[in-house]
Amino acid sequence: MGKNRWFLPLTSFLGFAFLYAPILSLVIFSFNANRLVTVWSGFSTQSYVDLWNDPQLLPSALLSLQIGAIAASIALVLGTLCAVALVRFRRFRGKTVLQATVSAPLVMPDVITGLALLLLFVAMESIIGWPQGRGILTIIIAHATFCTAYVTVVVQSRLSDFDYSLEEAAMDLGASPVRVFFDITLPIIAPALVSGWLLAFTLSLDDLVIASFVSGPGSSTLPMIIFSKVRLGVSPEVNALATIIIGAVALGVIVFTITQMRRPRAKA
Amino acid sequence: MTTGPAYARPAARWDVVRRVLARFGISGRALVIAAPAAWLGVFFLLPLAVVFGISLAEKQFGRPPYSDLLTTEEGTVQLTLHLSNYIRVLSDPANIYINAFLSSIRIAAVSTVFAILIGYPMAYAIARAPEKWRNILLMLVILPFWTSFLLRVYALSGFLRGEGVINNFIGLFGIPPLTMMQTDFAVYVGIIYSYLPFFILPLYTNLVKLDPALLEASADLGARPVTTFFSVTLPLSMPGVVAGAMLVFIPAIGEFVIPSLLGGPGTQMIGRILWDEFFSKTNWPRAAALAITMLIVVVIPIMLMQRAQNAVVEGRR
Repeated sequence: MGKNRWFLPLTSFLGFAFLYAPILSLVIFSFNANRLVTVWSGFSTQSYVDLWNDPQLLPSALLSLQIGAIAASIALVLGTLCAVALVRFRRFRGKTVLQATVSAPLVMPDVITGLALLLLFVAMESIIGWPQGRGILTIIIAHATFCTAYVTVVVQSRLSDFDYSLEEAAMDLGASPVRVFFDITLPIIAPALVSGWLLAFTLSLDDLVIASFVSGPGSSTLPMIIFSKVRLGVSPEVNALATIIIGAVALGVIVFTITQMRRPRAKA
Repeated sequence: MTTGPAYARPAARWDVVRRVLARFGISGRALVIAAPAAWLGVFFLLPLAVVFGISLAEKQFGRPPYSDLLTTEEGTVQLTLHLSNYIRVLSDPANIYINAFLSSIRIAAVSTVFAILIGYPMAYAIARAPEKWRNILLMLVILPFWTSFLLRVYALSGFLRGEGVINNFIGLFGIPPLTMMQTDFAVYVGIIYSYLPFFILPLYTNLVKLDPALLEASADLGARPVTTFFSVTLPLSMPGVVAGAMLVFIPAIGEFVIPSLLGGPGTQMIGRILWDEFFSKTNWPRAAALAITMLIVVVIPIMLMQRAQNAVVEGRR
C-alpha cells in the first residue's frame, strides 16, 4: 500500500503537468515584450495590438465562426435524422450500409476526406457546372459531411437509452409520429442536440486539412492562416489569439462544470 | 380530456400531408432516411468513387491536371485506365511510399503504447479520486480537447524548440540544449500530447463503473494490491483500454499537422506524403492512388477491427 500512496498522485500530477505546461507557457509568452517569444524580456500587450491590426487573423476567425455555425447546423439536422432512422426504424433496406457510411468518417484520415471531396467538386464542376469554383460553400459542405457522423453518434447514444413509454402515451392520445417527435422526443434529446452541435462546431473550427483541400482563393479559414504563420516559427499574434481562445473556452467549460456540479446538490 | 383533442387537431394536418405523400408511394420514414442517405451518398461515397477513378488516370498539364478516362475518338468511346500510379506506389525506386506507410504505423503504434502507459494511471487516479475531485479532474482532461488542436501542437513546438522552454530550463543547470524539434521524438510527444485525453476518457468511464466489492473480495482473499490490479482491475478494464487506444492510433496514423509542424524532413508519414503529392507536386492521380491504398491497407482493417470489437462488447452485455 505504501507504494500506491505516492504512485498515483505523482503520475497524475506529471500527466496533468504534461498536458498544461505547454499551454501555460504559450499564455505567459503572449505577454512578452520580445518578438522572439521564447526569451522573456518584460511584460507587454504588444502582441494583442499586433493581433488586432493583423490583416488576416481576425477576418479569417470570423469566417471560421460563420462556416462552423452553418456546417454544425446542417450536420445537426442530418445527424439527428440519421440517428432517428438507425435507432428507431426496426429494419429497412440499406440500414447496414447507412450505419457503415455514417460511421466511416470517424475513422477516415482527413487527407483522404479532403482529397476525395476536392476531386468530387472538380469533377462535378466540369460535368454539371456546380459548385462554381471552390470557396466558402465547398468548405461548409465538407464540414457538414464529416460533422454529421459525430452528431449521429452523440444523438444515437441518447436515443438508445430513451423511455419509449412517453412516446407511446402520446401516440395513444392520438398524436401523429411527426407531432410526437417535435413535442416529446425533441425536448428529451435536446441536451444531446446541444452537445452534438457544439462538438460539430468545434470540429469545424479546428479543421485544417479538409478545409485546405476544398477552399479556394479568398476563403482561408483561421486554422489555414495560423498554420501558414506558425509553419516557419513562432508568431506572437498567434500566441495572443491562442490565449484569447483558451481563456474563452476555459471560462465556458468551468462555468458548465460548476453548474453541472451544483445541480445534484440543489436537488438534495 | 383536453390533451386528446389538442393533439388530434394538428395531427389531422399532418395526416393530409402523409396521405398526399403516400399516394406517390412515399412514407414519412422514407423521407427521414432519404435526407442523410442522399447527403452521405453524394458527399461521402461518391467522392471515394471519384478518387478511385482518378487514381486510374495519368498526370497531365492543364486543368484539371489528369487525363480523361473516357475519350471519344471517331465515334467510339475509349476507356483508358492506367495502373502506373499503383505500380509506382508499391515499387518506388526509393520505396518512399511503402516506407511512409510502415513508419506511420510504427509511429502511431509506439505513441499509442506510451499514451496507455501515461494515461492508465491518470484515468485510474481520477476514477478512484474522492467524488468532489472527480469532476474537476475530468474537466481538466476534457478542457484541452475544446481548445484548438492546431494551437496545442503550436504550444508544444514552443516548448520543444531549440531556444524553447525546456532548453532554457535545463540551461539553468548548465546542460547544453537538446535538439528535440524536427525529430521523430517530437512527433511521438506531439501525438501523445494531442490524443492523451481521448485515451483517458473511455478508460475512465470503464474504470469508474468497476465494482469496488470485487477489489475488496480480492484483498480479503489475501491478494496484494499489485496482484489485485493485474488479475482483477486490468482484465476488466480491457474494453476501455482498447477503445481508448483506438482513439489514439486511428487519428495518429493519418496525421498531417503533427509531422509537418514538429517532425523533420526525415519524418515521412503517409498523411504528409499524400499532402505533398497533391499540393507540392500537383500529381492528383498519384495522390488518389495513395488515398485508395491507404483506404485498403489502413482504414478498412481498422473499420473491421472496430466492428469485431463492438460485437465483443455487445456480446458481453
